[in-house]
Amino acid sequence: MHLHDFWYLLIALLWTGYFFLEGFDFGIGVLTRTLARDRTERRVLINTIGPVWDANEVWLITAGAATFAAFPDWYATLFSGFYLPLLAILVCLILRGVAFEYRHKRNEERWQRNWEQVIFWCSLLPAFLWGVAFANLVRGVPIGPDKNFTGSVLDLLGPYALLGGLFTLVLFTFHGAVFAALKTVGEIRDRARAQAMWYGLAAGVLAVAFLVWTQVQSGNGRSLPALVTAVLALAAALGCTRLGREGWAFTCSALAVVAAFAVIFLALFPDVMPSTTDPRWSLTVANAASSPYTLKIMTWVAGFMTPLVIGYQAWTYWVFRQRIGTRHIPAAH
Amino acid sequence: MNLALAPETLARWQFGITTVYHFLFVPLTISLAAITAGLETAWVRTGKQKYFHATKFWGKLFLINIAMGVVTGIVQEFQFGMNWSDYSRFVGDVFGAPLAMEALLAFFFESTFIGLWIFGWDKLPKKIHCACIWIVAVGTLLSSYFILAANSWMQHPTGYRVDPATGKAQLTDIWAVLTQNTTLVVVFHTLTAAFLTGAAFVVGIASLHLWRAKRRRLRGEELGEKQRHQVGAMRASLRLGLVVAVIAGLGTAISGDSLGKVMFEQQPMKMAAAEALWDTQAPAPFSVFAVGDVSKGHNSVEIEVPGVLSFLAHSNFSEAVPGINDIARQEAARYGGKPDDYIPSIFMTFWGFRLMIGFGMTSFVAGVIGLWTTRKKLWLAPEFRTGEDEVPRLMLTRTREMGPFLTKWSWRIGILTMGFPLIANSFGWIFTEMGRQPWAVYGLLKTGKAVSPGVGQGEVITSLAVFTVLYAVLAVVEVRLLVKYAKAGPDTDELPPARDPRLRLPSARTGAEADEKPLTFAY
Repeated sequence: MHLHDFWYLLIALLWTGYFFLEGFDFGIGVLTRTLARDRTERRVLINTIGPVWDANEVWLITAGAATFAAFPDWYATLFSGFYLPLLAILVCLILRGVAFEYRHKRNEERWQRNWEQVIFWCSLLPAFLWGVAFANLVRGVPIGPDKNFTGSVLDLLGPYALLGGLFTLVLFTFHGAVFAALKTVGEIRDRARAQAMWYGLAAGVLAVAFLVWTQVQSGNGRSLPALVTAVLALAAALGCTRLGREGWAFTCSALAVVAAFAVIFLALFPDVMPSTTDPRWSLTVANAASSPYTLKIMTWVAGFMTPLVIGYQAWTYWVFRQRIGTRHIPAAH
Repeated sequence: MNLALAPETLARWQFGITTVYHFLFVPLTISLAAITAGLETAWVRTGKQKYFHATKFWGKLFLINIAMGVVTGIVQEFQFGMNWSDYSRFVGDVFGAPLAMEALLAFFFESTFIGLWIFGWDKLPKKIHCACIWIVAVGTLLSSYFILAANSWMQHPTGYRVDPATGKAQLTDIWAVLTQNTTLVVVFHTLTAAFLTGAAFVVGIASLHLWRAKRRRLRGEELGEKQRHQVGAMRASLRLGLVVAVIAGLGTAISGDSLGKVMFEQQPMKMAAAEALWDTQAPAPFSVFAVGDVSKGHNSVEIEVPGVLSFLAHSNFSEAVPGINDIARQEAARYGGKPDDYIPSIFMTFWGFRLMIGFGMTSFVAGVIGLWTTRKKLWLAPEFRTGEDEVPRLMLTRTREMGPFLTKWSWRIGILTMGFPLIANSFGWIFTEMGRQPWAVYGLLKTGKAVSPGVGQGEVITSLAVFTVLYAVLAVVEVRLLVKYAKAGPDTDELPPARDPRLRLPSARTGAEADEKPLTFAY
């Protein structure tokens, strides 16, 4: 295996890790409107991710920076090409982060209501837009001989891409509902389970539609098992939710997210950004990669740091393992 | 096309706005993390409540600030690809590595342990909780180191070769990038400036509370118990802030001098521009004030101190310092084009340099005076000593207190200079980045060739407008929150957790009890 193949795998893992973690964060954000009935319930949901959302988001920064280091051309083409959707995502992530930290800082009705709106919309929109972006990534976009994106933003909003957006939005919401059922206690837990069933069914239908479309359009022998795994994991997550086995349900919904992105990355390889203008102009793991020296340095850094990061991040989930409910929420100050 | 709206100009404005804005939060985050960690350590070691209240108070302001630092940092990570895709392609092999190291080594530390610190007050044993904020502080230091190594490579490329096949920079020696003297000196300068920033912030807010309490006493009112506790916490903070201000201010001056010498060697144009030194002179004078005219290539008004610039550049008063016109001719001969193309904005570099030094050193001097006048009570004659929960007297000598007028203005200056280092930092970056123009990577890649060729004018205008408006709105929100929490002072009713929580799983009985307890902190 070439070093750049290994780095493709690592970057795929970083993105997949990001969607596994921030996926349920986005879902929780959406559920603050669809599941929570009042402010206290909204606070219960927000506090299930309170201590961890920031570190979850760093997976995105790391995926971006690692792409910059290992595949500069991929980084350059992707972010200059998907300019406006990325701008929208950045604005949402900025507002959403501030909303989590500032919402409780003033005990005023209008202040809190506004930040809660921000949390909802700025979770919903990125959950949708990431799906649009990755659908475009795997389908291919117009790229010229100089590796630059030559299309317009409208090229990024085809039916396949929109279906991809809808799929990730519903999948993340389901993932969030399963997470909410796992992390809460009391009445909200029961309702989270009930809602998870509906989101899970919708996610299942969309998964079949989107992933089969992906498989037919760009798939190969490697991506097929991932597709089957994604669909089976969704079904198992639904079954476990129905049986009240919340830990297993979360494991399965996480597996579904991982497998769904595995389909995308396996179908993409060895390209990193296929060109629809001329396949010769596609960016590949070989022509977009950094020099072997840079990749070697980064392999050492990633080899040491990634297990450590996963270790201490897992530890925070253990520290905050206690379920919370409305009775745990202190009065606003 | 109208030059003012050229993609390069727009992209530069966007980078300038988002980066200067981001760097308002960065130095405060770096220094407040360490200051909060220091105060929590004092609490863990001594058990004194004033340290607990101070930790909580500065921790709150730190969190309001870091939230903005984190979210504006996301833009920094992605806008190289968005607006500067040709830059990214050219430098990615070298520049991407420190960025990825920053994410892996620093950002995960900061984000994970800040969550533990915020929510962990009653879940972690005291010492581990305190270790969390120290890890956050170390994370901020690591982060600044890696990003400054990346920036230093743009100032002075090293450890690379240009690949003849692709025409792109290729890393050949990561160690050279991480340890070149530009990196080390810049890190020293930026970190000391960051600590000066946090120190001035702490001194300013502590002065506000102490001066308020002092005025109350002057009006003949007695302080209540809560207020005395607040004064105790603020007095401890004031002393810590002053000590940090003096050490950091001194460090900023020393490192600034070293950085100047490095820059005279590596980017003579930047330093000549900083002095508006048009013609090579030996000995070269230090310019205090000048009004220059780029088209004429000389200054129309000037006030100078002879020989000092030679000293700043070479540590002696007579050696020649090359001037703008000579350097521009040399660069034009070497890289092609007209000499004028190689002259940065003299107005911005000259004044940016002076404002940086002026605002920064004012805070340093204020710190020195503050530290002297509030020096430890045992050095003072007994009748001037004040208790730990009283406002300190401002003492000129052992037995001589400042008069009412000087006292009033000393406290007020402490409050008013609170934001001076922030201004100094901003002008420092504007100076160093504008002084490098027309280069994005000095000697290798011009800024005009670094922009994204595929991104349209409309898109850049959109993002520039969106970020400007968004950042302006958030600035108002943030400052108002800071003012609210800063004015409120420490919440002295709050008590530290009575028992040290354990990490082990609680026994069945106590576990059930703990399960019913509301969270001590929740969003």
